Amino acid sequence: MSPSLPRVSASVAMPKASLQQVFDNLRAAGYMLVGPTVRDGAIVLEEVDGLDDLPLGWTDEQRPGHYRLTKTRDNHYFDYGVGPHSWKEFLHPSRLPLFSVEKNNGNWTIRPAQEPPPRYAFVGVRACDLAAIAIQDRVLIGSEFRDPHYAARREQVFVLAVNCSQANSTCFCASMKTGPKATGGFDLALTELPDIFLAEIGSEAGSEALGDVPWEAATAFDLGRASRVIQRAERQNGRQMQTDDLPDLLYENLEHPRWDEVATRCLSCANCTLVCPTCFCTTVEDVGNLRGTSAERIRIADSCFNRDFSHVHGGNIRPSIRSRYRQWLTHKLASWIDQFGTSGCVGCGRCITWCPVGIEITEEVNAIRAKAAK
Amino acid sequence: MSTAFLTSEIPNPTDPMLPHLATIQDVKPTAAGVSTFSLVFANPEERANHCFQAGQFNMLYLPGAGEVAISLSSDPAQPEVMDHTIRDAGSVTRAIGRLKVGDVIGVRGPYGSAWPLNKTLGSNLVIVAGGIGLAPLRPVILSILRQRSAYGQVVLLYGARTPADLLYTDEFDKWRQGGIDVQVTVDLGDKSWRGLVGVVPQLFYRIRIDHKKTAVMTCGPEIMMRFVIYEALARRIPKERIFISMERNMKCAVGFCGHCQFGPTFICKQGPVLNFAAIEPFFGKEDF
Amino acid sequence: MASEARPRLAVYKFASCDGCQLALLNLEDELLSLVGEVEIAYFLEASSATLPGPYDVALVEGSVTTAEDVERIRGIRKDAKYLITIGACATTGGIQALRNWKDVDEFIRLVYARPEYIHTLKDSTPISSHVAVDFELNGCPINKAQALEVLTALLQGRAPHLPPHAVCVECKRHGTVCVTVAQGIACLGPLTHAGCGALCPAFNRGCYGCFGPMADPNPDSLTAHLLDIGVPRGHIIRLLRGFTGYADTFRAASEKLEKVAQ
Repeated sequence: MSPSLPRVSASVAMPKASLQQVFDNLRAAGYMLVGPTVRDGAIVLEEVDGLDDLPLGWTDEQRPGHYRLTKTRDNHYFDYGVGPHSWKEFLHPSRLPLFSVEKNNGNWTIRPAQEPPPRYAFVGVRACDLAAIAIQDRVLIGSEFRDPHYAARREQVFVLAVNCSQANSTCFCASMKTGPKATGGFDLALTELPDIFLAEIGSEAGSEALGDVPWEAATAFDLGRASRVIQRAERQNGRQMQTDDLPDLLYENLEHPRWDEVATRCLSCANCTLVCPTCFCTTVEDVGNLRGTSAERIRIADSCFNRDFSHVHGGNIRPSIRSRYRQWLTHKLASWIDQFGTSGCVGCGRCITWCPVGIEITEEVNAIRAKAAK
Repeated sequence: MSTAFLTSEIPNPTDPMLPHLATIQDVKPTAAGVSTFSLVFANPEERANHCFQAGQFNMLYLPGAGEVAISLSSDPAQPEVMDHTIRDAGSVTRAIGRLKVGDVIGVRGPYGSAWPLNKTLGSNLVIVAGGIGLAPLRPVILSILRQRSAYGQVVLLYGARTPADLLYTDEFDKWRQGGIDVQVTVDLGDKSWRGLVGVVPQLFYRIRIDHKKTAVMTCGPEIMMRFVIYEALARRIPKERIFISMERNMKCAVGFCGHCQFGPTFICKQGPVLNFAAIEPFFGKEDF
Repeated sequence: MASEARPRLAVYKFASCDGCQLALLNLEDELLSLVGEVEIAYFLEASSATLPGPYDVALVEGSVTTAEDVERIRGIRKDAKYLITIGACATTGGIQALRNWKDVDEFIRLVYARPEYIHTLKDSTPISSHVAVDFELNGCPINKAQALEVLTALLQGRAPHLPPHAVCVECKRHGTVCVTVAQGIACLGPLTHAGCGALCPAFNRGCYGCFGPMADPNPDSLTAHLLDIGVPRGHIIRLLRGFTGYADTFRAASEKLEKVAQ
């Protein structure tokens, strides 16, 4: 057993089984563990108890509109790409009670929803999702207004990142410069090798999570193996997004015929926005009792593809699928940059895989570029 | 005023989504289906510390019904009373329309950008409003009247669908006496109407003004504002001196919900008052 | 609303299974407060005691399938200030609208020993085909919380909060994995109005479209994709011709697929 804890920024090797010790340490420190597990034919993010819950020996095959799990011959815990869930469900929940109101003889009592959020430890966060969290940070706590609900969850989260060892046909993190290697924003970052985990210590909390773990300083040989694993994932990126001409390309092509063409395929079902790890739009649901004496406000995830999203008195600003798809794409890749100084896309490919009809964001941009105005 | 004891347990006073309680001090019928609600915060400290600028808006909330963005339409120099001129147009505004003096309402705000009253000191102003669009410009007019000599020529071009839809008609004489040229038109006259009939942008042809030193502030239906901009540009008023107030769906008013986006602009934060030069590439794009 | 003038509510049944009326009765706790706010003057499923009209609100379950139905719904309309249809049958014609694509007389000859006793129209049609409807609440059965929201909104004089988006939004909010993408199951979720809470996909079944088409859906794209991934044409047609199969969008989509097949 190692006598001390590794220092921050060190890379250490640890036996795979000792990841359970890390989990135990985190739980003992008060964290609720959320990580990958197999359910309903996919690797989803849910509360996990231990190593047994992880998708050992599973991998996924992803194409536009297609996701399937298959068994591998390797016994790897993290040999899969990002699935239908993202961490935003835990930091920016799709349903969040804001407050309730009781009315009594004309008096109002407002009670904010007070349940303290859990302290989450995220297990298996990929580089693209780290980038997504950093983007939502800018949106929700990076301006003059702060979302206290997001902040309360975000500030106490423990991030156990995992570097990707493989990539899917829908992945384009390399071209978005977000992955496949986690370069910051984590407490611990693992690279999975056949025999060991290589762990990079990102913070004091990450170091403490290795208490009682029999670690050794990483050898040059191990570091080399790890870097080849990550390089392989980078090569496997199935597609690319050309970004050098954004945002102008989209701003200059708001009347491009491609918007009409994609509108014939787009279902306006909102799946892309809801699986997207950066899409942040919400609406508010008002629930009241029959007598009008009590009511609740609940924030719920919304989408620019929902028809009532842009409703104003006297009509809908974006009544057509064409206008809604254009809003989504131009926001994601163009106006997001003006608003928050970063693209809204991290190249995770979820919107491509989970579009029921397989619309590819990368292809849509290419099609606009191919016949761009000017 | 109601003596209701109002409680609000706010452990996290920084939550921008929590409404603050206000009471209705006055309700005044303003036009057909339009009333002006004067609100004051229930909490004396909040009442004392509150201030707003011409052009900003509040989110008004009724339990169960929901929330709606409404411009402040009163004088920013008297911030303790907040006027909101509201048309019964949607679910929430209809519910507000049924409230009486003394009733409680939730308020968040003020939010958004303001009309450039300081930046335009010394210039001529053409204020152009359509229908309910005069409401967010009333604070501009009231502010100008307070220091009329600080501006050059000031013209209000105002129109509505019918005479019954015109707001604040009982104040026009006072505005004229204060030195504002008020020109009014309607789309459809009625038997008693002796004024002009026609669309608002046409009123530009009735004014004589040195356009070189003029700024335009406009609020109304987007189609009207498009023609107002056209008339203004035709008179060589620079884009940088044209200001418009835009409407989009708003849920949070603090840039979190995404609903009010207009290209790179969040109408709730950078707007509702926007400089035309900044939004020109997107303004008037179909269904944008 | 003051108790001295409680609005009077009537509930009617046409061709239907009574499931939507049962959903109302299943309101349980809320039913008590509902009785405090409205006078239930006519609701045979709940009580045989009835009070004469006129009524403030008529809730109508079921579709129009007989000549008597046509007359009766007109009378109901005259008697009611607001007429609200509840459920897939009343709103779209229901599962019994499957007959609209077939020869009803042939069914009658095959099924009944004495066909001459059966008097029925050739088709099953929604209430809105016969009289003006103030609000349509879809679902098979209706979602009781939505029913309560509609009545609450009516009592409070506001529009009901019933979002017009796709079932997909409910799946995603619940964290349900997409059955089409992950399992290749044909699902009408992307076309269907939310409201059920995305029940079927949560049990690894495709959506049957019980809540009818959402606002401006894109059925051509979905059906083309389902064919692409190998779902048999006949299966897609049957899926579209479910509980709300006679709703414009679903009807047009299934008829289009049928035409191409011929």
